[in-house]
Amino acid sequence: MAFDYDKYLRPGKLPHIWCPGCGHGIVMKGMIRAIDTLGLKKENTAIVSGIGCASRLPGYMDCCTLHTAHGRAAAFATGVKMARPEMTVLLVGGDGDGTAIGGNHFIHACRRNIDMTYIIMNNNIYGMTGGQFSPCTPTGAKASTTPYGNPDPAFDVAKLAIGAGATFVARGTAYHANQIDKLITEAIQHKGFSVVEILDDCPTTYGRRNKFKSVIEMMNRLKDIAVPVKAAEKMTPEQLQGKVLTGILYKEDKPEYCEQYAKVIERAQGGAK
Amino acid sequence: MAKKVAFLQGNEAAAHGALYAGCRFFAGYPITPSTEVAEVLSNELPKVGGKFIQMEDEIAAMAAVIGGALGGAKTLTATSGPGLSLKQELIGYACIAEIPCVIYNVMRGGPSTGMPTGPSQSDIMCARWGTHGDHATIALLPASVQECFEMTVQAFNLAEKYRLPVFVMPDEIVGHMRERIEFPEPGEMEVLDRIKPTVPPEQYKPYDTQFGDVPPLASFGSGYKFHVTGLNKLPDGFPTTKADYVQAEEERQIRKVMADVDNIVDFEEYLLDDAEIVVVAFGSTSRSARFAVNEARKQGIKVGMFRIKTVWPFPDKQIKALAGKVKAFITPEMNLGMCTIEVERCAEGKAPVLGIFRVDGEPINPGQILDKMKEVK
Amino acid sequence: MSGRYELRFSGAGGQGLILAGVIMAEAASIYDGKQAVQSQSYGPEARGGASKSEVIISEGPVDYPKATHVDALLALTQEACDKYVHDLKEGGVLLLDSDLVQKHPAGKYNITSFPIINTAKNEVGREIVANIVALGAMVALTGVVSREAAEKAVLSRVPEAFLELNKKAFNTGYEKALEAKK
Repeated sequence: MAFDYDKYLRPGKLPHIWCPGCGHGIVMKGMIRAIDTLGLKKENTAIVSGIGCASRLPGYMDCCTLHTAHGRAAAFATGVKMARPEMTVLLVGGDGDGTAIGGNHFIHACRRNIDMTYIIMNNNIYGMTGGQFSPCTPTGAKASTTPYGNPDPAFDVAKLAIGAGATFVARGTAYHANQIDKLITEAIQHKGFSVVEILDDCPTTYGRRNKFKSVIEMMNRLKDIAVPVKAAEKMTPEQLQGKVLTGILYKEDKPEYCEQYAKVIERAQGGAK
Repeated sequence: MAKKVAFLQGNEAAAHGALYAGCRFFAGYPITPSTEVAEVLSNELPKVGGKFIQMEDEIAAMAAVIGGALGGAKTLTATSGPGLSLKQELIGYACIAEIPCVIYNVMRGGPSTGMPTGPSQSDIMCARWGTHGDHATIALLPASVQECFEMTVQAFNLAEKYRLPVFVMPDEIVGHMRERIEFPEPGEMEVLDRIKPTVPPEQYKPYDTQFGDVPPLASFGSGYKFHVTGLNKLPDGFPTTKADYVQAEEERQIRKVMADVDNIVDFEEYLLDDAEIVVVAFGSTSRSARFAVNEARKQGIKVGMFRIKTVWPFPDKQIKALAGKVKAFITPEMNLGMCTIEVERCAEGKAPVLGIFRVDGEPINPGQILDKMKEVK
Repeated sequence: MSGRYELRFSGAGGQGLILAGVIMAEAASIYDGKQAVQSQSYGPEARGGASKSEVIISEGPVDYPKATHVDALLALTQEACDKYVHDLKEGGVLLLDSDLVQKHPAGKYNITSFPIINTAKNEVGREIVANIVALGAMVALTGVVSREAAEKAVLSRVPEAFLELNKKAFNTGYEKALEAKK
């Protein structure tokens, strides 16, 4: 029997706003399968986002959903999680939202290692505002504000997350749809701040300006550049040129923030020192 | 039984007021001259099972406070001018999404970094109009340490009752000065909680106006699923651009406060019965004004004081009524005339409004006010 | 302005003057049944720079919280003395550290001067309690709060391990000031 996505979607809220060929819907389906796999209760799951195309995702999900201001998802979500540590808190958003205007909140959520899962859909562009370059736009690429090619270097989101202290970091792509739910499932199960970067495509504002003839070509590129971590171990630096590692890139057990704060409460109340 | 007393700073008293009101979550960022609030609450909140978090910046602190409030907690942040500027983005969010929370803002000199340790009263317009778009504002101006406590309790009550962010704004003098405070016993001051939904989760809409202009608010994690956004929204919380609806909702969000203005606006009338001159003052400046009024009375000048306790909504009705009776208003304030503009608006040309403005980091002293009284013909 | 007694504790940031003012005000308002307000002004530095702490004590409510005509001034540095003496009343109490304030201001003041910081260091045993020595002296010179109330206020503010040290500092300051005044 086909998987019943409707169980997790809000009735009457579709069709979504995403363009044909956009990978965000693939990510949402992966997220739904992960929620289903883990048997999470919808009323006990918060999905928090910022602003942008990807940030519209919570509106479609039949959970406790919070569509905040640009870049601020991690900070709002921190408040939700502190007030309701028993809830599963998921963050979703795009690369501009998460690594530019929300960059500070992103790295500090990583540093605190607060038990939330951040799914960042990296399509290398600000889609909703019409295709301006983001901190994840490759050098040289065309965007509506880089008509002569992008002079900026790009962030490596996963390395950024690891450097900032996230204790679970994974990467997938919108092409590898079946891997998405597995990565998200593991990320949610991990106690601490988990980051799942999904390399995504924006045919409307990125593909068109950067000589991709079709969505299929963009998807094929994701397929071509992705190298699973295991496979990469056997490859030479030359072979890895231009490739991107996928799978679980980093995992570490470290004290989680809400648990640490519970100890603060214990100490304040005269309990264990 | 004798009441518990202490000798505290205004900021410390406010922190205790927050605890009394049931605040169980604080998110902040260090900034002079408000830091004592964070220091006291970092110590006290965990003792009562509450949470304190120091965020990465002022915006994040405001965000966490809204998130915590949606999780069902009564939440507080504390800041000062530069932080208030930064928080404006999400103060607007709390307005449109109708999330109760309290912002305790200690007024220091500005614009920008200004005078971090100098007193000022120049954030009142920033509280009113700092965020973009139309919205109602409730802002309280304490003038004593006792009031820092009481107005913080009151601010939580107003936030919960009307579902919006409420400001408590002492100037630096009030925030930092120390006085004796008597702590009210539990139950002595009214403590209000937000109205929770009575409908089952599947029927719940976060902006359902069939329950009045202030719809019940559920908490995340309490069995209710709902959507919250900063976009203009329908009763179910989902975005809309339907013109009629957006207009009506914007108007409701202002009406929910302004229709109840008589229950919100608080003020003190001091020696007004036969007053020909009325000093309109607030915060620490009202203490200079009281001193000056007492001195002037000894000299036979018929003067009184109208002390503003709720600056927003502004006491329009009261000032308008006085305007028809008095020779002049005197408006001392530690800014260049922000409250004076409002008094002039309400005076409607019936009485002159003589401002005394200081932005040099020094308080307005009683002598200045006394001199101005003598100028009134 | 009758019934209103104004004190100003001044010196450099880090000398503990704000605390001295707080204790004076607390003595009046918590232990002596009077009303008091303490306020302060300070620069951006955590240490150094001119710092002042003002205390207004009255039988009735204190409205204006800052000093208007100072009844008693403590100055622990020359800079503070020069900066803050201007509104001291004629005949007002002026307590100075004799090592650090050698240039006395012109004007008819009731000056008492003794080595406050050195007393703390050499006679009490710790320089850090100079503020409490000064407080004891101010209590003796002004009489605006009772000695008992002030001592109680001092002891309520210090950690248990330092009770004796502070008690000694307070009483040494009190006695020294009376001696120096003679």
